[in-house]
Amino acid sequence: MISFEMPETLSKTVVMMGSVAENMMRPVSRRYDDQEHEIPWDFISFMHEAMKAMGAGSLAPDRGVRKEGPRLGYQRLAFMIECLSWGDAGLYLCTPGGGLGAAAVEASGTPEQKERFLKRFSGDKPAFACMAMTEPQAGSDTAAIRTTAVRDGDEWVLNGEKIFVTAGHKSLVDTPGFVVVWATIDPAAGRAGMRPFVVEAGTPGCSVTKLEHKLGIRSSDTASVVLQDCRIPFDSILGSPEVETVTQKGFKKAMATFDATRPLVAASALGVARATVELLKELLDQQGIEIRYGLPRSLLTNLEREVIEMEVMLRSAWLLVLKAVWLADEHKPNTLEASMSKVKAGDVVTKITQRAVELMGPLGYSRDLLLEKWFRDAKINDIFEGTGQINRLIVARRILNYSSKELR
Amino acid sequence: MYGFEPSQEQQMLVDSVRRYATNDLRLAAHEADESGEFPHSVIRKGWELGVLQASIPEAYGGFGERSAVTGALAAEVLGWGDLAGALAVMAPGLFALPILSAGTEAQKLEHLPALAEGDWQPVTSAFIEPAFDFYPGQMRTAAEKSSDGFVITGEKACVPFADRAERTVVYAGVDGTPQGFLIPKGAEGYQICERERLMGIGGVPTFRIRLDKVHVPGSARLGGADGHDFAPILAASQVAVAALGVGLSQAAYDYSLAYAKDREAFGVPIAQKQVIAFMLAEMITEIEASRLMVWEAAWLMDAGHDASKAAYLALVSVSDAAMMVTDRAVQILGGHGYIREHPVELWMRNGRGIPAFAGLAIV
Repeated sequence: MISFEMPETLSKTVVMMGSVAENMMRPVSRRYDDQEHEIPWDFISFMHEAMKAMGAGSLAPDRGVRKEGPRLGYQRLAFMIECLSWGDAGLYLCTPGGGLGAAAVEASGTPEQKERFLKRFSGDKPAFACMAMTEPQAGSDTAAIRTTAVRDGDEWVLNGEKIFVTAGHKSLVDTPGFVVVWATIDPAAGRAGMRPFVVEAGTPGCSVTKLEHKLGIRSSDTASVVLQDCRIPFDSILGSPEVETVTQKGFKKAMATFDATRPLVAASALGVARATVELLKELLDQQGIEIRYGLPRSLLTNLEREVIEMEVMLRSAWLLVLKAVWLADEHKPNTLEASMSKVKAGDVVTKITQRAVELMGPLGYSRDLLLEKWFRDAKINDIFEGTGQINRLIVARRILNYSSKELR
Repeated sequence: MYGFEPSQEQQMLVDSVRRYATNDLRLAAHEADESGEFPHSVIRKGWELGVLQASIPEAYGGFGERSAVTGALAAEVLGWGDLAGALAVMAPGLFALPILSAGTEAQKLEHLPALAEGDWQPVTSAFIEPAFDFYPGQMRTAAEKSSDGFVITGEKACVPFADRAERTVVYAGVDGTPQGFLIPKGAEGYQICERERLMGIGGVPTFRIRLDKVHVPGSARLGGADGHDFAPILAASQVAVAALGVGLSQAAYDYSLAYAKDREAFGVPIAQKQVIAFMLAEMITEIEASRLMVWEAAWLMDAGHDASKAAYLALVSVSDAAMMVTDRAVQILGGHGYIREHPVELWMRNGRGIPAFAGLAIV
């Protein structure tokens, strides 16, 4: 069936999250942008209680969702994240719960691991989790990471330095959370040797060494994490501990995390994009400027053209996200769709916010409005969770049926 | 519930349309573009797929219910085969579907059964006007009320098969609102001009029409005395043309992707160069994004919602995607793309027409 009928339960989610975004996020949006590294505890505590009350548990699929009926976990998440990011993309990243770390456990952990690591998110106090991939010398080229995991009896010993860890400080210092660290169990094996490991807050040898100062999403901490002879239990590895079996299944299964999270990052981007288009239209409306739909472009004013093009970009990108998460809920492969949605959303949010600032002239550039903030917040979406270029590469390899060797 | 997969029934239809598009339309497309016409056997075979007949209820000689989603799925595949061929096969719909959705019972009974039960017939509609600033909301062709009906004056462009059409739905403004009028061939003042020469869609003959005080009775007005709502007809047409544009874009993408994997330069297939691979990645992303815009607009129509804005935005989306994709397809083939032996230059010419083609097809 081809259908665009929004399930009622999702409509309710949107109303609820929209209210949170409007009342709990927008009023403090500017403050936490100005006060970088100040932790928004009020928001964090509120969200923790609110999500528990909703039965959502956390921002992770399939938990807290009714068992009967269709699977809507990822669709629901996409709508929630879009709404919260409409409120404030930085604060959204301060929503307690698993984030990308839990998504990794969700995507490739065993039932025992899920029980052990994910339970904390429905406890009395808020907790965070994060994902650590990037290193000082390796960003997009993830196979070049140098952090090592060496087996020592019942333990793994981790050594290395991770940078650009979103919510690293909240996950490891401010709350009893965890970080999913990508490390190699066989440096000679390249990609096939890479594995995610769960390192819990308070583990000796794991420390946060730096907080970055950023262009945007300033209320979200971006941390450096150093692992120095950091010992974790043997069963904290996600996926198979054997290099050989990994080449077929283990690594791919671990990378499935990204198929799940990319459309969600895209959803966050589009929340910012929607906020921008709505404010732009509101500001134009205040000036008595009406957008006429239905005319050929030659008869539109430039403002109308811009707004209409923004609406097309926004809607079409959102439908790509919706299809990608729908596939995930249907347990169908979505690597191609996930990366396409990320490519498109990254483009769309940067274009829309950049143009909106330009169209509003001196008002757009002023910090009196949030447009300039959204312009700064937006850019990260074309960078993290795979840059626009890396996602193009993934799409290209898929459609051309090329390996990473054939299309470098 | 959201859903992104055609039903089993829709998939069967799409499969049979694809066989036709592959084995018939695609093979005849180049020759038709050069010679100016598809062989009648090709058009008839397309008609026998029954896409339109399945949109018409049994009471009016068909065997199904109209669905914009199903229509859009079929149109996309026809457009993938060839745009001109698709327009030719779909031409009777220009006449039948507005009658089905907006006609009086008498108009339906008079026209639909004969159409649905017969062979492909050259019935058509006159929608577009020859002006740079033409848009469907404001037609210059005007229908003035007279004592016993209307007097219609104006000029129309891009009317498919006008030279042989026995009946045509002509759209004209009644007090500024576009309304359809059923006009038979040979009506006094109804002049069919010479065949148009266009940049693309060479395989479908189109004509200018001049209406010089054409008198029609009140019963010729679509929907009878009270007329009809024009918006759903416009939306259905925008969705149809957008769906055709998606198919055309997919064709150009498919062809240039295969070429890029085959063509070697600097010792490797050019597809192994990121500059080419990224072009293709962006092409498929835009195609898929605009396809979903079309599906959503079509779904809104089927669900009985106002689809006007969605259909307009879908056509805007597809117009840009089609130009971008077909231009890049030619670019990927390089010098070969510019040669008429390859179909990409035809798709590029056809692609440029998409934003102007609302009114040339309907689902």
